[in-house]
Amino acid sequence: MAQEMTTQNTQDVAKNNGDANRRAMAFTPIVDIFERDETTVIMADMPGVAPEDVDVTLERRILTLHGKVKPYAPEGYRALTSEYRVGDYIRSFTLSDEIDQAKINATFKNGVLRLELPRSPEAQPKKISVKAG
Amino acid sequence: MLQTTYTPFNFADPFMDMRRMQSAMNRIFEGARGPGQSATYPPINLWAGEEGIMMTAELAGLTEQDIELTVKDNMLAIRGTYPDPETGDDTVWHRHERADGTFLRSIELPFRVNPDLINARFENGVLTVEMKRPEDDKPKHVAIKSS
Repeated sequence: MAQEMTTQNTQDVAKNNGDANRRAMAFTPIVDIFERDETTVIMADMPGVAPEDVDVTLERRILTLHGKVKPYAPEGYRALTSEYRVGDYIRSFTLSDEIDQAKINATFKNGVLRLELPRSPEAQPKKISVKAG
Repeated sequence: MLQTTYTPFNFADPFMDMRRMQSAMNRIFEGARGPGQSATYPPINLWAGEEGIMMTAELAGLTEQDIELTVKDNMLAIRGTYPDPETGDDTVWHRHERADGTFLRSIELPFRVNPDLINARFENGVLTVEMKRPEDDKPKHVAIKSS
């Protein structure tokens, strides 16, 4: 889904960082974020991106999702109507909890990136039992 | 001398009204449904060629089974249902931006298409539908004889 005009905290159309050869525009993918069983799940819509072109990086607490799109233009056809534009997807998040980096699980299916970020054991709330004196 | 550009087989003009019509209709029905989802969902891109027409739509999160395509004459309908988001008593939502629910969109094509020659693919969340014009409906070149 190309909701490129949705206003979010970040810039809608991100700039191309460095890589001047890539002409494609970059959009902010729409996401679902929910938490369950000490695991934070991020699902990001990246239609048109092949699984091998998805790049997820976690640096300190900044999680960056990047999906590269191969522009598609059918041969022998010319554009008639264009209701959505095609481009790369970039979005960054600052994670509030300590994430167990070794256990991050990322899957990509039908244009949706699913990230499972389990909280590290140290960051999980500990229960302190109070003894009667 | 004034030069005029002349393209003998110009596709652009006959479709211009079509596009204007489509966008006018989109404006009328915009916001006819609930907030967040416009009446013209999903957004589509159309390509036209001499042989037929190509349509693409971004439908991330769906599978082939969730999409239903119907074609009659020059009307194409896309119907789809997003899988329910994983919910539970212990689920805490932080952001919910992705689409859910059911959508239906009808698209008027600039010409009739042959229902037997439709090629639909769904890859990485992008639906591509290739439609061909019926043989008897294609524009014909008319040879002009000199007397």
